[in-house]
Amino acid sequence: MKIADYTAVELSEQIKQGRVTVKEALDAVFEQIDCTEEAIHCYVTIDRERAYRQAQEVQKKIDAGELTGPLAGVPFAIKDNLCTEGMLTTCSSKILENFVPTYSAEAVKRLEAAGAVVIGKTNMDEFAMGSTTETSYFGITRNPRNTEHVPGGSSGGSAAAVAAGECFAALGSDTGGSIRQPASYCGVVGMKPTYGTVSRYGLIAYGSSLDQIGPLTKDVRDCAAILEVIAGEDKKDSTSMKREDTNFTEALVDDVKGMRIGIPRDYFGEGLDPEVKQAVLAAAKVLEERGALVEEFDLSLVEYAIPTYYTIAAAEASSNLERFDGVKYGYRAPVDDLHPMYKKTRSEGFGAEVKRRIMLGSFVLSSGYYDAYYLKALRVKALIKKAFDEAFAKYDVILGPVAPTTAPRLGESLADPIKMYLGDIYTISVNLAGLPGISIPCGTDSKGLPIGLQLIGDCFREKNLIRAAFTAEKALQEERR
Amino acid sequence: MAKEYETVIGLEVHVELATKTKIFCGCSTQFGGAPNSHTCPVCTGMPGSLPVLNKQVVEYAVAVGLAANCKITQYCKFDRKNYFYPDNPQNYQISQLYLPICRDGYVEIETTDESGEACSKKIGIHEIHMEEDAGKLIHDDWEGCALVDYNRSGVPLIEIVSEPDMRSADEVIAYLEKLRLLIQYLGASDCKLQEGSMRADVNLSVRERGAREFGTRTEMKNLNSFRSIARAIEGERQRQIDLLESGEAVIQETRRWDDARETSYAMRSKEDAQDYRYFPDPDLVPVYIDDAWIERIRNSQPEFREAKRKRYREEYDIPDYDIEIITGSKHMADIFEATIACGAAPKKVSNWLMVETLRLLKEREEDPEDIAFSPEHLAKLIRLTEEKVINSTVAKEVFEEMFRADIDPEEYVTEKGLKMVSDDGALRSVVEEVIAANPQSVEDYRNGKEKAIGFLVGQTMKAMKGKADPGTVNALLKELL
Repeated sequence: MKIADYTAVELSEQIKQGRVTVKEALDAVFEQIDCTEEAIHCYVTIDRERAYRQAQEVQKKIDAGELTGPLAGVPFAIKDNLCTEGMLTTCSSKILENFVPTYSAEAVKRLEAAGAVVIGKTNMDEFAMGSTTETSYFGITRNPRNTEHVPGGSSGGSAAAVAAGECFAALGSDTGGSIRQPASYCGVVGMKPTYGTVSRYGLIAYGSSLDQIGPLTKDVRDCAAILEVIAGEDKKDSTSMKREDTNFTEALVDDVKGMRIGIPRDYFGEGLDPEVKQAVLAAAKVLEERGALVEEFDLSLVEYAIPTYYTIAAAEASSNLERFDGVKYGYRAPVDDLHPMYKKTRSEGFGAEVKRRIMLGSFVLSSGYYDAYYLKALRVKALIKKAFDEAFAKYDVILGPVAPTTAPRLGESLADPIKMYLGDIYTISVNLAGLPGISIPCGTDSKGLPIGLQLIGDCFREKNLIRAAFTAEKALQEERR
Repeated sequence: MAKEYETVIGLEVHVELATKTKIFCGCSTQFGGAPNSHTCPVCTGMPGSLPVLNKQVVEYAVAVGLAANCKITQYCKFDRKNYFYPDNPQNYQISQLYLPICRDGYVEIETTDESGEACSKKIGIHEIHMEEDAGKLIHDDWEGCALVDYNRSGVPLIEIVSEPDMRSADEVIAYLEKLRLLIQYLGASDCKLQEGSMRADVNLSVRERGAREFGTRTEMKNLNSFRSIARAIEGERQRQIDLLESGEAVIQETRRWDDARETSYAMRSKEDAQDYRYFPDPDLVPVYIDDAWIERIRNSQPEFREAKRKRYREEYDIPDYDIEIITGSKHMADIFEATIACGAAPKKVSNWLMVETLRLLKEREEDPEDIAFSPEHLAKLIRLTEEKVINSTVAKEVFEEMFRADIDPEEYVTEKGLKMVSDDGALRSVVEEVIAANPQSVEDYRNGKEKAIGFLVGQTMKAMKGKADPGTVNALLKELL
């Protein structure tokens, strides 16, 4: 078996047993990067020197028996909206083209403390606004499964890097589907944890009440192992929560007997590609065959999720992005007077999609419109949460597609932003309700593009998801054989 | 016939709270550090940083609210006030608009009614909210640029908004004095206007006496002493009356007081008013203040001025005037009580505070809050005079040194050799020398000029370098003559 073919957990095991060194793992990754990066463009920044330096230290600690965890020695990629001390962090935006943080995001710190080696920062839609990784200031990322197609977004660089073997695992962020959707398009596993599970400290905010950091991995085991490392209360993030049940790897059990799985009819209506529908329902069938109790139900309110999401996320974004003004860091337009400097800096520093959402957000918060848009959206958000609460009284897990289609061709989505927004329909309710959701591969369409299966759990019930996903993953692999 | 006008005034008072650290991060609130030395990613608005509420700020705000008879908002939230200015690193200020921590209170002030009779009056408190202070812009004319110091950024403030219940500058001053005392007694702030730890914006309108509607108001900023507040109120009242008398309208605007020129000028009109796009800050969780917490704060409220006054009258034999002055400053009252607790007689302590302390404060243009000597030292000084170790002239000299540098009077007197000479033999020989050297005065005294002995006492004291008890000298002289 080639080093590059190991999963993260397998690789770490090999390293801890002395069969592979951390340096060799890095060599394998960089060899792959040299091979495919030019065609796919997963990264904004690659720092080989830093990685090899880190690798030496990690190797020493592993040899000394100080690092024994499942991620020790594993080369990681980090989405470029997560701060990394001393390493360029751009959010794929011109306005942060030169920003080097003096601190690392809490999630990155925890990964590094567990012995992960950060090799670089992955490309994304600018400020995580987009579903294709085409809004990046630093150029597009292509789907490794078919380079004429998008990798999805906004964590497209992370998903593509995992799929292309340009890293063993990656961190992404998910505000409306930004981990699950690119995972689905690239055929990897991606998980958005319950809001408050992973500290947001050091994540450059898009929609603060919806943003969550999560893993993109080769399989469900890696996903659980990473989540276990990055989850936990952080005093620096008031919205992070104290949880006792973060031993997620314990839920890697190949058994769904008696698990109640609900399939919302609302997720299988108009707009869903028949091939996607077929693959997702086939996966449901597989789980049913293994003892899960599967039934259809009406979730309701699904059609309100998109306007609600774009109101709340844009409102928060319009305020979150105010700090990028040319005064303290980042790009500054060479203008002398203050207000013209603000205007020119932000006009030149932000791309079209970011400006569109800043304008939308400023509008819904402006006096006279606040009640009609922002407040109403918050009320709908509460209703959506309630609809899920009712569903989870009956089911342990909700099953559906991740996206209506497989990965679109390059350039198709940006031409029609409304259509692009509608593509988020199955993922954004999960963020609005603060729920955990996972995307695992469940087949390919006739063009060979991956299809993702989405499992949604109740708040704090990641273990149900991991168990169902682990079982489905195994079952689907068997079916393929 | 000239119309009679009534002035209507409401105040917005900002008070800087006496917490050791900032409201949303652990940086020090201390004055006077090198620029940007009390800063971190949070209070400089770095990407990815998150605010975490300082609990002490809530405690102080609730304590002030309870002292001002407010209702406490048990479920309160922070909102973002969005506006671009470089002193505000995030370009939004975290404040409270929708659910401020305190509402509907009042304080009572002493004033006079229409017939000039003394009476008390309730001034309504509309609300008290918590917020963060901004940084400071420093204009470098030499370099032709502006620099920002974020040391003050994130220092906690409460804003106390009154109802438009005041009718004169005297009432405004009485209200401010009242607030200042309440807050100082609580230890929530030192409330120094000059240093900006208490700042007042005056909202003022005039209307014909008897009118029911309010006139158009203006808001006056940059008032940093009671004197400038009184002048500004008088000036603005007259300016508005002059406008109305000449048939013009008062424009709703914000004006800035120029203390040097004793005049104000318009800063911005209502038309230029910004839309702050307030919305709840998604980075902070709502603050829930339960009954037990409120009770705990209520039970730890100090003895306020009224109660203290009453107790002093009952317990100490000192004049009402002294009680007024001493209780007029929590700090002075604390020193008073602590000195008595060290065993000094209340009357003596009061004398030192009323005469020498006030004289030195005035000389140095300081507030009672600036008193720095320790009660133990004052008690020692009083004991030294009572035991006739030093005489009153020396005591004043020692006190000045104590006031300046909080020296230990006992050590100081010993070191400097200021003790009175009680050795009868030594004194007797000096007196004899004085008698021998001043035959004329001796002659005068013997001829019945009682006053002449005063000269001889003076000469003796001079020869003793002040270290003798004038009474003893007097008695000795009489005996020898």
